[in-house]
Amino acid sequence: MIELSGKTVYKGVVTGPVAVLQKKDSTVKRYSINDSQRELQRLKKGCEEAKRQLGGLYEQAVKEVGQSSAAIFEVHQMMLEDDDYLDAVRSIIETEKVNAEYAVALTGDNFAEMFAGMDDEYMQARAADVKDISNRLVDCLGGGAGETFFAEEPVIIVADDLSPGETVQMDKSKILAFVTVHGSVNSHTAILARTMNIPALIGVPLDLENVENGSMAVVNGFSGKFILNPSKECLQDAEKLAQEWKHQEQLLETLKGQESVTRSGKKINVYANIGSVSDVAYALENDAEGIGLFRSEFLYLGRTDFPGEEEQLQAYRQVAQMMAGKKVIIRTLDIGADKQADYFGLEKEENPAMGYRAIRICLKQPEIFRTQLRALLRAAVYGNISIMYPMIISVDEIEQIREIVSQAAEELKGEGVPYCIPEQGIMIETPAAALISEELASLADFFSIGTNDLTQYTLAIDRQNEKLDTFYDPHHRAVLRMIEMVSENAHKYGKWVGICGELGADLSLTKEFIRMGIDELSVSPRMILKVRKAVRETD
Amino acid sequence: MKKFQYEIKDETGIHARPAGLLVKEAKEFKSNITVYAKGKSADATRLMAVMGMGVKCGDMVEVEADGPDEDEAIAAIENFFKVNL
Repeated sequence: MIELSGKTVYKGVVTGPVAVLQKKDSTVKRYSINDSQRELQRLKKGCEEAKRQLGGLYEQAVKEVGQSSAAIFEVHQMMLEDDDYLDAVRSIIETEKVNAEYAVALTGDNFAEMFAGMDDEYMQARAADVKDISNRLVDCLGGGAGETFFAEEPVIIVADDLSPGETVQMDKSKILAFVTVHGSVNSHTAILARTMNIPALIGVPLDLENVENGSMAVVNGFSGKFILNPSKECLQDAEKLAQEWKHQEQLLETLKGQESVTRSGKKINVYANIGSVSDVAYALENDAEGIGLFRSEFLYLGRTDFPGEEEQLQAYRQVAQMMAGKKVIIRTLDIGADKQADYFGLEKEENPAMGYRAIRICLKQPEIFRTQLRALLRAAVYGNISIMYPMIISVDEIEQIREIVSQAAEELKGEGVPYCIPEQGIMIETPAAALISEELASLADFFSIGTNDLTQYTLAIDRQNEKLDTFYDPHHRAVLRMIEMVSENAHKYGKWVGICGELGADLSLTKEFIRMGIDELSVSPRMILKVRKAVRETD
Repeated sequence: MKKFQYEIKDETGIHARPAGLLVKEAKEFKSNITVYAKGKSADATRLMAVMGMGVKCGDMVEVEADGPDEDEAIAAIENFFKVNL
């Protein structure tokens, strides 16, 4: 039995087998081989495994995003069967007498270079596909290290740290808890754990090399303890705790269908933050009164090319229809900083949080923005959609956005495509926006305060830097004062104001927010009923 | 030997997915099937080669089938272009 302490990012208790996700070594080593026949045999096996994985991803993607979006995995399978590609790999193995991994990586680079050099943007983007299949094949040759996580039974994920790219492909129903060696309280892992309502610990000093897959473990998100190979008594205690916790959760269920009103009768809209179409189910399950933040990035991440207008329309329409007339606030593209996709071709930045991201990309590359806006205006016909713009710092930006929106509307009108210009609000997540919120309030239809970024920019504390966790005070007076100021300014112009950052779910602040006049709290689905309870207990 | 000419109408040209489907289709036949476009040629059973030609919307392609089942092959491939490209 090994007992280790970490930091809790989400509470709860579970017991179950662990699955270790090892970080893959991205540099492929070249070494000489004597038996090229054996190497060719390994290559063949590796290809079969890679194709099997792609087949699995294809089927999963068909279910989750539809056939046309899933086609990329089919193309990847075909690329892996391509004679030119395989011949090139085989010939490097045979003539240079080198290992298969190296031959695959080299061939991948060569073909990627060929595509990258073509005069057609679409084909240039295919370079990423060739790299992707080559990386997958290299992984498969390495005996499955770094393989996308597949589990038969629910497991406790143990890893060094997790990136959005790694978690996007995970089957969420097979995850009991997250335990990471690194990561910070505000990392992607933490956000994901909150959304899924499963315990998560970070900063657990584990030696991953010595953790065996399938070992039993206990994750206790209340005490911050991770126990590997627990004793019988320890396991029994943990199971009892886990049941108590479930019971508490069930109590909250009784709040379903109740209204979120204070004792004095003020109605607060308790909405859900979601990150994909499938999260709508979580939101509905927890009785969300609307969607307060629909992060549209999922449409852009984990793929190799921009999503088209039709594909976006389908996703937005689906969410609007599933919410059946309840408000759905869709935030436009917020990529950059810690969330990136290769095909955007974003350059590495010294300081991405303050860099080329979100609305800045949209205003600089209006063709990307235009596609999304057209899809949103078209989807607005099918439900109660609102659009929300991130990272606003000036009045001028809103005016530019308005201009692009009206152009998109004109185009659609000209094409005879049905559309509707919905309510449009902005995120208040920069100190600049908070300080000029009075001017912004005259132009925006509503405000939604993104407290994570607002706090990081106000306090000058990097959310990704775990060393700074002790300095990070989410209740800092500076942040709370700004929230109050934003609320007052919004109401001066008769606009409503909400909070969609992590702070919105901070139950110790619910009363304070209501006192400030906040009209809406948008929180991860699992927090909805807890927030509702807090609202109902407020005078 | 049988052949046909066709002007690409698909907006993105012979992009990844149709190229993949074309390869699949071409592999069904015993005949050698070759795609000519922009002064280049590619064996229709080779995906990277077909994609590598960079055929775009409005480009003329010529497809040639040579072998025992060339009649069926050329008819099937011509139909494929009409439907998909």
